[in-house]
Amino acid sequence: MSTYDRSMALTGQPPKQLSRNQKLATLLGFFGLAVILLAAFNVNFPNKGLWLSISLGAITMGILWFAWDMYSKKEPGIKNDGVWFKSISSQGFWGWMAGIALTGFYIVLYFYPEYLGLAAKGDNTGIIRLFDPLSRLLSGNPASQWFVYGTLYTVAILAFGIKFIWKYRHNRYEKIRTFSVMFFQLGFAFIIPELMARLNGSSVLNGGSLPYYDLKNMWPLNYYNFEGYRVKAFLSSGDIGFALLIFGVASVFIISPILTYKYGKRWYCSWVCGCGGLAETAGDSFRQLSDKSVKAWNIERWVVHSVVVFVTLMTTAVIYSYLGTDTSKYWLTKNTFLIGVAVLLTTVFALVMIFKREQLQKDAKYGAIGYLVIILALIAMHFFSGEGNVFLFKSGTLRKSYSFLIGSIFSGVIGTGFYPILGNRVWCRFGCPMAAILGFQQRLFSKFRITTNGGQCISCGNCSTYCEMGIDVRAYAQKGENIVRSSCVGCGICSAVCPRGVLKLENGPLKGRIDGNQVLLGNDVDLMTLVNKN
Amino acid sequence: METVVIIGNGVAGVTAARHIRKHSDKRIIIVSAETDYFFSRTALMYVYMGHMKFEHIQPYENWFWEKNRIELVRAFVNKVDTKNKQLQLDGSRTLNYDTLIIASGSKPNKFGWPGQDLHGVQGLYSKQDLDLLEVNAPNKEICKRAVIVGGGLIGIELAEMLRSRDIPVTFLVRENSFWNGVLPDGESQIINEHIKEHHIDLRLNTNLKEIKADASGRVKSVIIEETGEELSCDMVGLTAGVTPNIDFLKDSGIELGRGVRVNRQLQTNIPDVYAVGDCAEQHEAIGNRRPIEAVWYTGRMMGETVAQTICGNPLEYKPGHWFNSAKFLDIEYQTYGWVFGSKGKPDYETQFHWRHNSEKVCVTISFHKNTHKFLGINTFGIRMRHEIFDRWLTEGKGVDFVVEHLKDANFDPEFYKKYEQDIVSKYNTDHGKHIKPKNKSLKRIFNLTN
Repeated sequence: MSTYDRSMALTGQPPKQLSRNQKLATLLGFFGLAVILLAAFNVNFPNKGLWLSISLGAITMGILWFAWDMYSKKEPGIKNDGVWFKSISSQGFWGWMAGIALTGFYIVLYFYPEYLGLAAKGDNTGIIRLFDPLSRLLSGNPASQWFVYGTLYTVAILAFGIKFIWKYRHNRYEKIRTFSVMFFQLGFAFIIPELMARLNGSSVLNGGSLPYYDLKNMWPLNYYNFEGYRVKAFLSSGDIGFALLIFGVASVFIISPILTYKYGKRWYCSWVCGCGGLAETAGDSFRQLSDKSVKAWNIERWVVHSVVVFVTLMTTAVIYSYLGTDTSKYWLTKNTFLIGVAVLLTTVFALVMIFKREQLQKDAKYGAIGYLVIILALIAMHFFSGEGNVFLFKSGTLRKSYSFLIGSIFSGVIGTGFYPILGNRVWCRFGCPMAAILGFQQRLFSKFRITTNGGQCISCGNCSTYCEMGIDVRAYAQKGENIVRSSCVGCGICSAVCPRGVLKLENGPLKGRIDGNQVLLGNDVDLMTLVNKN
Repeated sequence: METVVIIGNGVAGVTAARHIRKHSDKRIIIVSAETDYFFSRTALMYVYMGHMKFEHIQPYENWFWEKNRIELVRAFVNKVDTKNKQLQLDGSRTLNYDTLIIASGSKPNKFGWPGQDLHGVQGLYSKQDLDLLEVNAPNKEICKRAVIVGGGLIGIELAEMLRSRDIPVTFLVRENSFWNGVLPDGESQIINEHIKEHHIDLRLNTNLKEIKADASGRVKSVIIEETGEELSCDMVGLTAGVTPNIDFLKDSGIELGRGVRVNRQLQTNIPDVYAVGDCAEQHEAIGNRRPIEAVWYTGRMMGETVAQTICGNPLEYKPGHWFNSAKFLDIEYQTYGWVFGSKGKPDYETQFHWRHNSEKVCVTISFHKNTHKFLGINTFGIRMRHEIFDRWLTEGKGVDFVVEHLKDANFDPEFYKKYEQDIVSKYNTDHGKHIKPKNKSLKRIFNLTN
């Protein structure tokens, strides 16, 4: 189709060609990465604080320099020229190389941290040791592989966040939203938990030790939040610990439903969440790679909701495993807890089936019934089978498999490693149970929608192409129908790239939220009534 | 079973097919020589610019057609034999129809310029034109300069496309300001400025005299009528409007004017033969509309209407209030109702114009000079809500009401800077009024009664 070649060369024609500045910027960024890589091979840098600063500084400056050269000389506006010509952003050679490198990094991080310098005994070495000065500065403790990861993650969100803001400098929604994800990553995910670690053992916590807690990271994204060791740690850390535990429960059952009702799940997924933050900033160049086919949508619905069921079962089993049986010791026992879970799930199911069943597709209903039956059957089996084997497996087995399959492989290796191949929201779309729960609320109980502007759509496809969640936005817009989809994270890019001003993210009345008009505005009024009647 | 054959798989033909399928079980066949599947013509530019691949501008997945029993035939229609209800395809095969819908679209205008058929000279309308552009102007080494002739929507799009590959562009516009046959002067002026900001060599009041060839028959330069100046170039884009693509109908007995002449039910003079979209020409213009409207939206509406008629519910084509939109480089443009440029402006139309003092944002509101009835609005750099203006036009609101409720009509993304205060205060000054803009009301916008 295009006579453009798809070679791996960095040189070539505009708009895919890199300018001299962009090449130098790339070199600078890779120099920063090279310092880290050298540390992995145990090059012992003399002044670690200095070399760490040089490395992170070079990475940041490289990204900013690149962005400056790319956007500052152009008029504000949409900057998608050449996206599908560049090999990095069109699943070309460099896209695959980046994918392989990222995937490799995640495999090492999760399964072979010793290559990062994690020592079983004594001081860490390699990369982890390079990060010690920063870690000591913040929490007072030596670094771990997770500190290294957290630092790089934060640098990526901040630097690529500035790039994103530059790119969309004409769009205030995008600017404010990006400030928000940068703020929550830097403050809530990175600095606060590290500083909180300084409180451990102090009198404020009654001598207790809080678990590492990113406050904005709620269950089930934070699937381990209610595990025995954490609950114990919360409960042993005085009022603050207790308050945090209550906050953890409230964020799932009270705070998030209220905010999702008012603003849609975007308040979390594209304004607060760290996974979303990385996807929106570092992953922005890959948003167009998500699969928009109906087939992909079907896979998405089954996979993501199965993860919700999995995490519910796993968490129930884990909590069950550390609860007692004696009501006189503590009010919440194994039995009351299981019955509570059964009642809660049945209530949600019943309410949806009674009030919202006409909004569910046939397979969604079957799926919901099937999953509810499975969960209830498993809970019932407990009362017949007795101790230890709730849900057929040991809770430890369930927990380990979840953590391996979902926590590591899905969210990390595939979710981020495959950015340049499958798009930047693979995890959010196919795997994140949090996104699925918020999406369920968004679809059925929320004021949020993307309004289609009458008959102005020209079916160009920019909205669908640049939807990171793989929603075929155009399919709705060209029918004059509003977009109310559980997966929509409200990033606002569809609205930004629309050349005709057709799409607007807004919170409005529930009435008429999903507008099924088959005939578009601009037509004869009689015809519109006629066709809508049929 | 009745067979409906549709010539052309653009938006008009495809919309007709979809709606006929919705209302009936008729056999539907779409014939197109251009592409296998329907694509969004208005999005061709984004393929050249690398925003999308060609497959992305196809609104339906490929399985859609078979699932909806819409048969697609890739062929060129040479002749329509209305007596035998038969089409001749690719000079040999024949295809019978019971009902025929002509939706063959447009082709670029050529006004007999010397050299207009040379290699390197092209329009921008079809998929083939896009492919040709990749040959004529793949990069700035092969195409050292391009000249575009004709200052309309396609011209400025072509200029934007070529600039995305850093190809120097000279843009010849006959009028004394860009598209001022349609746009009021202030708006046209903003676009003139914006074109230059994008480093496009805009030449106003400039006509093409001839296109010159090199020894191999390729374009090498153009001569400008007014000055005689010779501009060397490797590609010439002819974008001086489009004309219905109806040459294949010449001897068919179907009544032709500039386009295929149709009545209000979109029927031609031959029974069971209809025409929709760019190629259809109304016997009499509807309201302020032109007899031929080569616009995406009207093509879609005609497709919906003709489907009703064919499915046993004879219906007149009655388009609602005029609306349109476009994007000039980075500036979005929307229009609702009628706002005329200075040339075609009727006597009764008065215009209020506001322009931001530094940004490229402006609004023109037109109203009746005696009754003060609101007639239409153009906006540049501000998005407006279609439904609201459609409602206000139907209800025949006065201009004061529109100005007062302008915040209700704003469709810009959340957190965008608001301009209504500024607009209203200019309106008050210009017209000696004391209107205070009302705050945005969801109740009014969504028509909620309680």
